[in-house]
Amino acid sequence: MPEVLLRTENITKQYSNHLALDGVSIAVQEQRIFGLLGPNGAGKTSLIRIINQITAPDSGNILFEGRVLKPDDVEKIGYLPEERGLYKKMKVGEQTLYLARLKGLSRSVALERLKYWFEKFEIQSWWNKKVEELSKGMQQKIQFITTVLHEPKLLIFDEPFTGFDPINTELIKKEILELKEKGTTIIFSTHNMESVEELCDDIALINNSKLILEGSMQDINKSFRTNTYELVFNGSLDAFKQHLNENELIDATESNGSIRARVKLGDKDGSLNKLLTGVLPVVEIRACNEVIPRMREIFIRAVGESSGKDKIDE
Amino acid sequence: MNKIILIIEREYLTRVKKTSFIVMSILGPLLIAGLMLLVIWMGMAENQNQKLLVIDDLYPTFSGLKNKSTDLVQFDYQDISLDDAKKLLYNSDYTAILHIPSNITFGKTAQLFFDKQPSVVIHRIIERRIEGILETINLKQYNISREDFYNVKIDFRLHTIRYKESGEEEEVSKEKGFVGFAFGLMIFMFIFLYGVQVMRGVIEEKTSRIVEVIISSVKPFQLMMGKIIGIALVGLTQFAIWIVLTVGIVLVVQSVFFDMNFDPANLDNMQMTTEMAKQMETEKSISTKDIIDPNNLISRINWPLMLGMFLFYFLGGYLLYSAMFAAVGAAVDNETDTQQFMIPITMPLIIAYTMSIFVMQNPDGPAAFWLSIIPFTSPVIMMVRVAMGISASAIWELVLSMVLLVGTFIFMTWLAGKIYKVGILMYGKKASYRELWKWLFY
Repeated sequence: MPEVLLRTENITKQYSNHLALDGVSIAVQEQRIFGLLGPNGAGKTSLIRIINQITAPDSGNILFEGRVLKPDDVEKIGYLPEERGLYKKMKVGEQTLYLARLKGLSRSVALERLKYWFEKFEIQSWWNKKVEELSKGMQQKIQFITTVLHEPKLLIFDEPFTGFDPINTELIKKEILELKEKGTTIIFSTHNMESVEELCDDIALINNSKLILEGSMQDINKSFRTNTYELVFNGSLDAFKQHLNENELIDATESNGSIRARVKLGDKDGSLNKLLTGVLPVVEIRACNEVIPRMREIFIRAVGESSGKDKIDE
Repeated sequence: MNKIILIIEREYLTRVKKTSFIVMSILGPLLIAGLMLLVIWMGMAENQNQKLLVIDDLYPTFSGLKNKSTDLVQFDYQDISLDDAKKLLYNSDYTAILHIPSNITFGKTAQLFFDKQPSVVIHRIIERRIEGILETINLKQYNISREDFYNVKIDFRLHTIRYKESGEEEEVSKEKGFVGFAFGLMIFMFIFLYGVQVMRGVIEEKTSRIVEVIISSVKPFQLMMGKIIGIALVGLTQFAIWIVLTVGIVLVVQSVFFDMNFDPANLDNMQMTTEMAKQMETEKSISTKDIIDPNNLISRINWPLMLGMFLFYFLGGYLLYSAMFAAVGAAVDNETDTQQFMIPITMPLIIAYTMSIFVMQNPDGPAAFWLSIIPFTSPVIMMVRVAMGISASAIWELVLSMVLLVGTFIFMTWLAGKIYKVGILMYGKKASYRELWKWLFY
């Protein structure tokens, strides 16, 4: 059982005209990538700001490494906000050094690590350039370095890939996975469901200030199974349909002489074996596999369900 | 604590290293020194030698003028009409025409026609000369000896002296108020220049979106205070450079171009005369004769108290206002939106500045009292009062004013900190006063 690095307990935050967080409890396990998902305005950024001690919750606790989060812990956390930037008129080297020292690094250690990262990204020549001379993609690399430079135990990325070109996105993804391998725990907030599938081990979904879903990707995928299979076969679609029995054909497409059909198993004792037994005599099965729900669908379903439930509650 | 020093260091160094800072540091003193030297030079150039053509309708009553010619003012007689003389003005080396009308003994006026206006000093000389002759005529007419006349003539002056309970005496004069006014003006300028810099700095951090990165490392209040203190140090540095450079430039130029024995102690006098000269422009009534001896003025001001208070009100006023400027910066997204919040900040400052002239006239009046107690105006107004001398019985006013200023800036900084904390994370939102009020209770 992995250790929990960060735990929020019943976090509630009220702004003057709306409730931003309503009793949100999450547990972020060590050395895993934790996806914090939710539609716009759900409260993700509010929660992240509370974890970063930028704002304080109205009620609830935050435990870090098993004890109450304390002000010094900011040095163990690295945060890349969604709204991020750099001092435009300041030189890259000076600026990264300054930000590193604000996180508690000594000058010499900061310089040493900056040298490592600048070499790694092959950007040594930028050191004496002003930030405003750099392109947006270049600035994002600098921001990434300043976020991870103090080797925090917990990294928080809020929409890290917005505005990144595909090459930089891949680079940063690679770095994130590498950091995880080295033992860093990562909270990752995004709308980009593909990157969630690619990177996250666990996810939490927030909607309307409430936590509506939390768990490992595996468990969530399992619980959102739709009992749908995709079959590829040669033969007559009509014959296939006639032998479906209680199973339901969702759609079918034909390509290269083969038919690709998605079938939802019947509710009552439906099983893949039964389905196959039924259609085997009339068509030639070429392939068969389960349709795993896409994160995007899970997201939309969960949000839809919880919003619907809210309406009934009211 | 360590981190706030880092912030101060950054705020300070980035500004001090800017070209605009360096340019201002060099240009400022050049400007000041240039202005001072200009005044001195003009003072010298003003007394350009004058050759006057006297048209005397009462000839030879005033012929004595000719004998009183000096290099500076030369009186020359020609027996022509005024109209002819006027024609002559541009075709001769005469610089002016002095017309003595026949009714001069009653009217007590003469006319001076010129192209270029002669200086106040020349004016005075001509007036004195004619005055002297008119006096002689009158003395003869009334049969009074010159001796008796001087015995009877009175040049009366009222000296205003504050008598302190301790037995100490202190002269109260408007001239001393000018010194206070100058110091008040410096405080006013400093608050404005550097308060706006604080605001700009906050806006810059907000629009460049660096602020959220920073406050994930330090508390917003630390960031705000670091900025305010860092910029205060920039201001102090600039002043220090200005003083040193100005003294240096004036010293060098003095020794090279003016055959004057110049020591730094005189510099203050120079500044005073500059100030006085400026004042003179606005108040023509003060003639050269009335300019007090700067040396005397310098010695009459309680300098240790003055400089101590200057430093105190200078920093106190700056801290109070820059906290407000920081809050405004946090509340807006760009500089054009600051307008609506600037008025309540700049109004008291401008009131203080304009009222300081009034306070100079009546340093113990109710306006002086209230404006020097209210923390929003006291940094400027109290300078005038301190310069003019604070009576022992009014020391409590000074203490009250200082305590109130400290109290208010602590309170204001706390208040501004609350607005700041919320404001810096509000993007793309134009805040109203209502909203600012709400932020106080976030």
